[in-house]
Amino acid sequence: MMKKFGGWLKENILALATPVVLLGVWEITSQMGWIRASLLPPPSVIFKVLVELVKTGEIFANLGISILRVAEGFIIGATLGLVIGVQVALVKKFRTAASLIFGLLRPIPVLAWVPVLILWMGIDEGSKITVIAIGSFWTVLVNVAQGIRNVDKKYLEVATILEKDRKTLLTKVVLPASLPAIFTGVRVGIDVAWRSVVAAELIAASSGIGYMIMYARELSQIDVVLVGVLSIGLTGILIEQLLKLLEKRLLKWNVNLHES
Amino acid sequence: MSVTAAKSQTLVIENLNKTFRIKNSTVEVLKDVNFAVKPGEFISIIGPSGCGKSTLLRLVVGLDGEFDGGISLGGNLIKGPGVNRGMVFQEARLYPWLTVEENIFFGLGQQQSPEEKKYIVQEHLELVGLESFAKAYPHQLSGGMQQRVSIARALVNRPQVLLLDEPFGALDAMTRINMQQEILRIWETEKTTILLVTHDIDEAIFLGDRVIVMSQRPATTKTIIPVELPRPRDRNSYDFIKLRKEIHTKFFAEVEVPFAYSI
Repeated sequence: MMKKFGGWLKENILALATPVVLLGVWEITSQMGWIRASLLPPPSVIFKVLVELVKTGEIFANLGISILRVAEGFIIGATLGLVIGVQVALVKKFRTAASLIFGLLRPIPVLAWVPVLILWMGIDEGSKITVIAIGSFWTVLVNVAQGIRNVDKKYLEVATILEKDRKTLLTKVVLPASLPAIFTGVRVGIDVAWRSVVAAELIAASSGIGYMIMYARELSQIDVVLVGVLSIGLTGILIEQLLKLLEKRLLKWNVNLHES
Repeated sequence: MSVTAAKSQTLVIENLNKTFRIKNSTVEVLKDVNFAVKPGEFISIIGPSGCGKSTLLRLVVGLDGEFDGGISLGGNLIKGPGVNRGMVFQEARLYPWLTVEENIFFGLGQQQSPEEKKYIVQEHLELVGLESFAKAYPHQLSGGMQQRVSIARALVNRPQVLLLDEPFGALDAMTRINMQQEILRIWETEKTTILLVTHDIDEAIFLGDRVIVMSQRPATTKTIIPVELPRPRDRNSYDFIKLRKEIHTKFFAEVEVPFAYSI
């Protein structure tokens, strides 16, 4: 156990040391009065506020609400993206019929949908979840469709020679072969979802981490604002690591994963 | 309990012509290819690279149905893929998400019961000598081992004809010789008809009952040379080398002498 940790530390020493050094420089320059604390408080102050927010549970409550929204929106968006992505990849007529509409809608940033959705659905949960769903929908759709269409033709030929029917071909060859691409879609999809929840909450919300940041800004509490912003990043790292773990589990055979 | 193979039948290729359409022009790939393969015969096909040897195998296995002429197995015209023909490519083409065992299992159809399937897979693992690697994933195997799995997968349905498309081309010299002996052993136990495409004259003579030499594109069957050497064959025997020289001459007769040498 200790040995394992030692090895891990050795590997990641540079990645860990860099932020520590930067924090040190930041703290020292702040203490010397080179940085105005009302604009950028020193790390020690930010940390104190973080501890306070953790103690009162305020930060977890807000993060929890945001995470829940992401989960709901992502599940809806990713499911739709998966189903439609499969259709896009396999049904040529559908692909042709949808190409222009998809081409038009896909580049629209999720933020542009926020005013539309507020008018349509009000500022309740519905509009926020829909914003997240839209973001993850396109990411998952594109990756799934591309993953399926890029399945090595050589794999398909083997199945054809062995007289496999279409169902076997899809479930036993196409699906596993495109799983890495699908997983990439899911990962990027969650990333997009996490970014858009904050964006949605910044505009209209009465709870969530985005709301916490906005509210603190109105009260000019720069330290709370910074804690909020950083906690978004930290949660992002956590989600990313969880997904990487899951991917390694599910795609044991994917040699490319083991190297990085 | 093993599945008894249907009696091997004669493979007949008659007046086979194949063209590819590239943009607006047509390229003739195969022209008037004619030959018959007796049941259980081992045929080597050699020819210059890009001449259409591989295309010929793709037509026989049924991956490409657009050709003129006839390919028939035991009097039945071949119209598409079928488990009575198995194929091994230059790359092993194993599914990386399946273990060795599962890859071989994938070759089987719906006819057998689960116990039978298990038995057949085990039998073929033994045939190619990979019993102890049943649970390994393809990326954990060497190139030669991967190719053995590929051969096992092609054989599980007891095909009447086994098509080998430069199966040892990507292997190192030692492994290649090893695999050639291996495929002979398998051929002798399974008694399948084998069509082997190769660019290695040595390999063609060492393995084949007959060697079909194909010409530059459009490929036709230039000559068919019977290899009347006793098995096991010795690559360094006088007759072997004589035959190699003969084929070499035929093989390279059309190749122009490079400019630099023709002073």
